[in-house]
Amino acid sequence: MDTRRAPRTVIDPKVRHVGFFAPPERSHSGPPDPISSSPPLTDVSPSGNSLSPVMIPPPRHSSDNLLMHCRQVPLPLTPASPLRRESVAAGSYNPSEFFPSAMSPTASSYASKMVGDGQFSDGMPSPGRGTRGNFGKVASSFPRGGFDLTAMKASSVPASELTTVSVLNVAPGIPEKGGGSVVDVKKDRAPSSKPLKEKTSKAERRALQEAQRAAKAAAKVEGSKAPASGAVNSVNPKPAKVVKPQQKVDNASVAASEKKGGDRPPEKERKKDVPHPRMQYDDQSRVEKAKRRSVVKQMEARNRVELFRHLPQYEHGTQLPDLEAKFFQLDPMHPAVYKVGLQYLSGDISGGNARCIAMLQAFQEAIRDYSSPPEKTLVRDLTAKISSYVSFLIECRPLSISMGNAIRFLKNRIAKLPLTLSELEAKASLQSDIDRFISEKIILATNVIIKHAVTKIRDGDVLLTYGSSSAVEMILLHAHELGIQFRVIVVDSRPKLEGQRLLRRLVGKGLNCTYTHINAVSYIMHEVSRVFLGASSVLSNGTVYSRVGTACVAMVAHAFRVQVLVCCEAYKFHERVQLDSICSNELGDPDVISKIPCREEINYLDGWANSGNLQLLNLIYDATPSDYVSMIITDYGMVPPTSVPVIVREYGREQLWI
Amino acid sequence: MPEVQVLVNEIVSKLQKRKIEGANVTARLTAELLRTVISQQKVPPTNQAAALIEVIRDIGEQLIAANPSELAVGNIVRRILFIIREVELSFVTNTVEGLKLSSEDDDIDNCQVVSAGAAISVRGHLHAPSLHALLDRTTDTATTCHPSALRDGYTGQAEKNARSSKLKRDVIEAVNELIEDINTCHEQIADHAVELIHQNEVILTLGHSRTVMEFLCAAKEKKRSFRVYVAEGAPMYQGQLLAKELVARGLQSTVITDSAVFAMISRVNMVIVGVHAVMANGGIIAPVGSNMVALAAKKHGVPYVVVVGTHKLCPLYPNNPEVLLNNMRSPSELLSFEEFSDFMDYRVGNGAPLLHVVNPLFDYVPPELVNLFITDLGGYSSSYIYNLINDYYSAEDLIMQQKY
Repeated sequence: MDTRRAPRTVIDPKVRHVGFFAPPERSHSGPPDPISSSPPLTDVSPSGNSLSPVMIPPPRHSSDNLLMHCRQVPLPLTPASPLRRESVAAGSYNPSEFFPSAMSPTASSYASKMVGDGQFSDGMPSPGRGTRGNFGKVASSFPRGGFDLTAMKASSVPASELTTVSVLNVAPGIPEKGGGSVVDVKKDRAPSSKPLKEKTSKAERRALQEAQRAAKAAAKVEGSKAPASGAVNSVNPKPAKVVKPQQKVDNASVAASEKKGGDRPPEKERKKDVPHPRMQYDDQSRVEKAKRRSVVKQMEARNRVELFRHLPQYEHGTQLPDLEAKFFQLDPMHPAVYKVGLQYLSGDISGGNARCIAMLQAFQEAIRDYSSPPEKTLVRDLTAKISSYVSFLIECRPLSISMGNAIRFLKNRIAKLPLTLSELEAKASLQSDIDRFISEKIILATNVIIKHAVTKIRDGDVLLTYGSSSAVEMILLHAHELGIQFRVIVVDSRPKLEGQRLLRRLVGKGLNCTYTHINAVSYIMHEVSRVFLGASSVLSNGTVYSRVGTACVAMVAHAFRVQVLVCCEAYKFHERVQLDSICSNELGDPDVISKIPCREEINYLDGWANSGNLQLLNLIYDATPSDYVSMIITDYGMVPPTSVPVIVREYGREQLWI
Repeated sequence: MPEVQVLVNEIVSKLQKRKIEGANVTARLTAELLRTVISQQKVPPTNQAAALIEVIRDIGEQLIAANPSELAVGNIVRRILFIIREVELSFVTNTVEGLKLSSEDDDIDNCQVVSAGAAISVRGHLHAPSLHALLDRTTDTATTCHPSALRDGYTGQAEKNARSSKLKRDVIEAVNELIEDINTCHEQIADHAVELIHQNEVILTLGHSRTVMEFLCAAKEKKRSFRVYVAEGAPMYQGQLLAKELVARGLQSTVITDSAVFAMISRVNMVIVGVHAVMANGGIIAPVGSNMVALAAKKHGVPYVVVVGTHKLCPLYPNNPEVLLNNMRSPSELLSFEEFSDFMDYRVGNGAPLLHVVNPLFDYVPPELVNLFITDLGGYSSSYIYNLINDYYSAEDLIMQQKY
């Protein structure tokens, strides 16, 4: 035991060095005040009395992170949100609840894998490398992983006595981790980075495998990594003592998250930010895997279009009754999520904002009814839960990019939950987070867009819009309320004919409307003075990804020298790039192509769907090249399409952490 | 001739009611009608051609006025007029040449020289001028005379030859040929298919055109395997019909919505469309949506090929064709009346309805967006079309005075 404790004490200096680099922290070297929301740097202060500021660890990326984040800590610390203050105030919380979970086999193994797996596999002799690798991994797995590290180390100070406890109770891997990490930190100041790399990759691979096994949900690399921090912290659970450090953790996180807007993260972190590749449905093995997990029984469409093999091509008609029948049997799915899934499937909810809001509200409900199983931590289990919901929703209908962003936000919020919170508080904070996302990023953003866009409408204008975009509709109605005299041309296309619903609402409000279909757009474009379009997403090369036909309308408008204004909330922006509409798209139900509503006399394709030579292709989205777009109206103002990557970079990060 | 007038009235009313539509059908019916008219027309012994032309013009005006957007009707009328002029001209030149031969002995009177010169000049006017004709014309003072002014000059002379019934017979023969051409132009156009479609090609088309179908099937028969994307062509959805026919012939076809044209065009090698009419400047009047397809093809550098029979070649230059050469169809094709009937009553203060529905039938595609015309005579670029006009039409007939 002692051997293990001794290194423990040694680890502290390292932590302090790390903290030490932030100059102003020293001034705050007073005893940490758990309740006050004052400078979070207190966590570092204990280190103030330590040794000289040690050399910066070798230039591994993780160390870079450490350094950076520590420097960043001193930045102004106005508490970002009521939420965080709340978490700080929760200091009285007794973490005993974490106790069982930390000790539970799954959680602990997970933690050990995250932190100490390297040595565990290698045995004691060379423990350091593995841990180092793991440190690096933990840090790099987050865009802002740095403060997690500091947090952990800070907590290790008081936890030193505690280690014994954990050693006694926990599976052999864990104590080794405690000791191992210490040893490694002490010994390997400057190891050759080559072998390290190797280890890292190995450990990482194992970690990944285990995470997948444990969290049995689809492609959720980020999901599985996110909970790591929580797990790490819960490894040394000591009721009385832990309280303090954990609050520091909170503060640190506040500080760190505060500054994230300003700084560009180091290269590695940025790489982590890049969205991982989407599932390609022509990859047999992965499709098989996904099928085994799936809830929805999907039938492949009969005549698939060769060009779109990489996209899921399923028949939709058969799923709905099947799923409806299973409504009460489906245990793992929360009924609210299930309902939303069915609504997606049947098309009752469509449109980027509506789908996103419905999904978030369903998650909110699911979180409210959630209680973490006795052996698991909330952070980890809830993330897995959400992931399984998401994969269910994907089976119902592929996610839109806006939904993907919202899910990313939610998972990050879960991962960042302060450990001091009780389950109830954590749930409440998540629910309020979701509410805030909906109101700030969707509803308020739309209002801002409306304000901007209305300035572009003048008396006598003829505005053209395509399909039915909620933002554009509100712009038109608002302009009408302001008393601007203008005329609206609603262009529509099969098979959805969303424009008819828009037309109905606009005419009902007394707007002067003209309705036509997309083929006639070059006929009608002569009279148009401005085109307003909605978008499902704006990609960072300026490409507007929107309902199919938008590109046609924008192209014709461009040919007729009419301005094209795209209205899109910034939460729908995405850093992905795309050049055509083939590589990433969504395929709708092919059967609706052959059925033309209200035109019974046209039934050319009746009974031909079974012919092997005939394929029906129902694309949902297309990509509009940025040269057709004059301006993108977003909640950050009116920008040219070339400025989209700037918004994605400067504000995208913030979005995840609001 | 009342029985002819009955026939004419029947077709006019069908055109007015849009009972017969489509360039092929209307062209064939017009040609057949005019053939009947010519055969039943009693021509005066003198000045037959002029009398025939008068009658045909008269009926032609009625037909054109019945549905001005069916340009093929006007084309056929003008072509039959041109045929009459040609036949008559061939008589004149024959006569003149006969006269020329007989007048080797310096015994030429002035009138004959004038008429001979006129005949040559008329021929030069109608056909691509040969070098010989050009040289002749420079020496001839009579070239400036308008052919119609000269007609009176030589008819007296030509009358001497016994040819009264021959003119009518020749004209009817030529009209028969024209009808034959209209019926067989698909096959002639389809002959070019193998030269333009290669293995594994991806072709996009819009709406339904028999010419396009024959064209694609001809390539298929030559064992080319290729893939066709058919845009359905709302609001007529003729594309679905085309897809059905293509599938029945064993072609790989994929039906897409019109809105997906831009998304798909980047993977397409060639756009092949049929048209309603080709204007003299090389622009085309085509099913609605064609302009969108053409712009997308231009953007992606995909050749835009038009397959068209010569009877669709219209000698007029388009002026505001989107409006003047278009047809508006019923709103019920877009909005079901049951659903939207309550909105038809919404009105603003001045009584104007709030809801308008625009449902045009045609699109105008400017010549710069069309890469190639495949006609039954061969392939032409859009800049050459004005030259083809001279081969089929007489400048006198271009303006058909309409009675209003």
